[in-house]
Amino acid sequence: MPGICFYFQVHQPLRLRHYSYFDIDHVHAYGDMEQNRAILNKVSEKCYLPANRMMFDLIERHEGAFRIAYSLSGILLDQLETYRPDVLDSFRQLADTGCVEFLNETYYHSLAFIFSPEEFKKQVMLHKDRIKTLFGQTADTFRHTEFIYNNDLAAAAEDMGYKCILTEGADKILGWRSPDFVYQPQGCRHLKLLLRNYRLSDDIAFRFSNRQWPEYPLTVDKYAHWIHKAGEEGRIINLFMDYETFGEHQWQETGIFEFMKNLPDALLKQPGFQFQTPREIAADQSPVASLDVPQFISWADVERNLTAWLGNALQRDASRTLYDLEQSVVSCGDEQLLHIWRCLQTSDHLYYMCTKWFSDGDVHKYFNPYPSPYDAYINFMNIMDDFSRQLDKKRSNDPNHINTTKRSLSNDNKPAGLSI
Amino acid sequence: MRVLMFGWEFPPHMSGGLGTACFGMTKAITDLGHDVIFVLPKVNGVKEKTHVKLVSAADIPVSTRTAESSDTDVALTSGLVDFGRLTIRPIHSVLSPYLTSFQYENLLQHSSTGIVDREQAAEYKWFLGNAGGYGPNLLAEVARYGDVAGAVATQYAFDIIHAHDWMTVFAGLIAKKASGKPLVLHIHALEFDRSGENINQDIYEIERSGMEGADRIIAVSNYTKQRIVSLYNIDPRRISVIHNAVSQVEARQIYHMPSKNGGRKVVLFLGRITFQKGPDYFIEAAAKVLKVLPDITFVMAGTGDMMPRMVERVAELGLGKNFHFTGFLRGADVEQMFAASDLYVMPSVSEPFGISPLEAMLYDVPVIISKQSGVTEILKHALKVDFWDVDEMANKIIAVLKYPVLFDDIVERSREEIKHIRWEAAAGKIVDVYRDLMH
Repeated sequence: MPGICFYFQVHQPLRLRHYSYFDIDHVHAYGDMEQNRAILNKVSEKCYLPANRMMFDLIERHEGAFRIAYSLSGILLDQLETYRPDVLDSFRQLADTGCVEFLNETYYHSLAFIFSPEEFKKQVMLHKDRIKTLFGQTADTFRHTEFIYNNDLAAAAEDMGYKCILTEGADKILGWRSPDFVYQPQGCRHLKLLLRNYRLSDDIAFRFSNRQWPEYPLTVDKYAHWIHKAGEEGRIINLFMDYETFGEHQWQETGIFEFMKNLPDALLKQPGFQFQTPREIAADQSPVASLDVPQFISWADVERNLTAWLGNALQRDASRTLYDLEQSVVSCGDEQLLHIWRCLQTSDHLYYMCTKWFSDGDVHKYFNPYPSPYDAYINFMNIMDDFSRQLDKKRSNDPNHINTTKRSLSNDNKPAGLSI
Repeated sequence: MRVLMFGWEFPPHMSGGLGTACFGMTKAITDLGHDVIFVLPKVNGVKEKTHVKLVSAADIPVSTRTAESSDTDVALTSGLVDFGRLTIRPIHSVLSPYLTSFQYENLLQHSSTGIVDREQAAEYKWFLGNAGGYGPNLLAEVARYGDVAGAVATQYAFDIIHAHDWMTVFAGLIAKKASGKPLVLHIHALEFDRSGENINQDIYEIERSGMEGADRIIAVSNYTKQRIVSLYNIDPRRISVIHNAVSQVEARQIYHMPSKNGGRKVVLFLGRITFQKGPDYFIEAAAKVLKVLPDITFVMAGTGDMMPRMVERVAELGLGKNFHFTGFLRGADVEQMFAASDLYVMPSVSEPFGISPLEAMLYDVPVIISKQSGVTEILKHALKVDFWDVDEMANKIIAVLKYPVLFDDIVERSREEIKHIRWEAAAGKIVDVYRDLMH
């Protein structure tokens, strides 16, 4: 019984405001809340609401046979709660169908695992609690920011009690092997590893509306045929993609919603095929082999490594500056400062500093609010400068300073936690 | 093929980017195996001190009747130009690429107002004292130059005519009429760039008639192409965009100072101190930077009609201790200035191209350029600001000086980037335009 596993990543970063060197010591609200709200509204209208409605209808229509999984970053959940509770409600509605699994990740969509295993665990726990509270599910499945993965991460996930972990079915880890089976991470005894079938996933996520693609236009029948063919040999076809594929990366006009609406029928037509969530696959299937991944991989760019976030000196300097503050931030015990520090860890801030200009650079540019990676770096470092000054004031125990800090960090009329 | 080129200036007497561009492209065109007859306005017989050894006129194997030209001597003897393929043809005239009507008339009155530097004034004094018959005003002189230079067309055989900017429009049109050969008008700057909205209508008309009369227009950037289309109503299909490049002379690297952080860090403005170059924005940004980084030195190198006001403004802001004016720099002084700088800023209000940031990059100096420049179209590893956004300019100046990782990253990547901005490639595109017109 080949399984088909749809998993959608749902994330919006907290974009930072333009922060000049002259703002240091004067401005302590780092987020560009107007922009964040505008983007969230746009994506909600174009993607989240119509896509959630479509998924809900599909689940109802197929009476439990259509099943999907999501991972919503904590940083997105915060924004939805503040600006778009209606979208959050529609996700809750999906949760209530019992056909939707919610995964865990780092709350702040961060790269903490690479810099601090302790911080990583804290952020995962925060996310776990939040998902439990919002959707009433205790997650069994873990996915790391941007599908970053290696043996050590798998071991950490197993330690934390997860039963299943997702990552990219990168050629360099698979070699001749197929992504369409359940594997076991090297060194793990219980954890199951599910790998993204990037060809079939990207046929929808990247190529769906590409007129230069020889397979354009992608019809439901053609795609169902490919899946059925893959299912003749493989046991599980993992279709993992950004949720924004629906209506945002692929506009509604491309027919992406119609495509998705009709896909489950076509896929289920072939006897033996069924939709499964990661948790169900992990319970259902045994690993065919163990997979050794000593080096970090990710789902980004052609290299499938960390260079999109840590590939140049700017990115390494920014992340080092950020994580060097861990000890001070944690020991100072100020929840607000801790939250801001964590918001600054969102991997997107580093992604904006990427200088891989060619080929992949196009994708980077599309998602980048800055005109150049240098602007992203300067902005981030200016904010880090102010943040560390605020931190120093807080730690210096000077009552005047503490008052100043408190007032200035909360003097805007934004909800708590968003004066980042 | 043979090209009749109406150009400007040769090293070491360069007053700006136009001369640098003419020199770079001419060398590259001759390197590609084509012949160039290079016609330029020249005040003859003046011996100026230079850093390069001059050889006597008798040693110069060029077919010019006025061979005592020291400018050309230098270019030729320094081996920069294949003089077998280059014929220099100077024409008596005081014209220089950035002369204004006001300056020209001042010159005619032998007055030295500080607008022209002392050396230049002495030169013109000599010239005006020894020759006569020059136009009563700049436009008349441009027209006279056109007549004389255009007449050169009857003395040589060539396949194509290539003129640079408005002052050579008459020469180009006359040469085209006399020879029937196609004319390429190369636009390095428009009257709108030099003067903003307060344009001289006569100069505008000369530019427009040149664009209409030329068989093809070369614009130094898309920015300039768009302005030609919108401000001069020219069919965009008649305009080819060919970005300038920079001459990559290895010897320049000897000036590089490996340890720049020994003393105070230096932020450089180098260019004409005129409206177009935005010197006032540089000073306002400097004032903001010095408030938070008091140990920085700002240098404004160059001269121009806004200089007195700029000196005054620096004094007004109380920046004198950290702000220096060098006056007009030439030759090795320019190179040393670049080499001693930690950051180059080009805050131009309207810059059709802007070669100087490329020169700065040759000395491992990171650059901040205005978004209102053509060079921004080809530079990725430069910081970019709107010329009017003084706060952001100051912010970026501070960032380069304060974040060493940023400085290193930009310098390292600029080194790679600049390698690919070569006159060879630009000259190849120019020759393609020639070929296109000849068939």
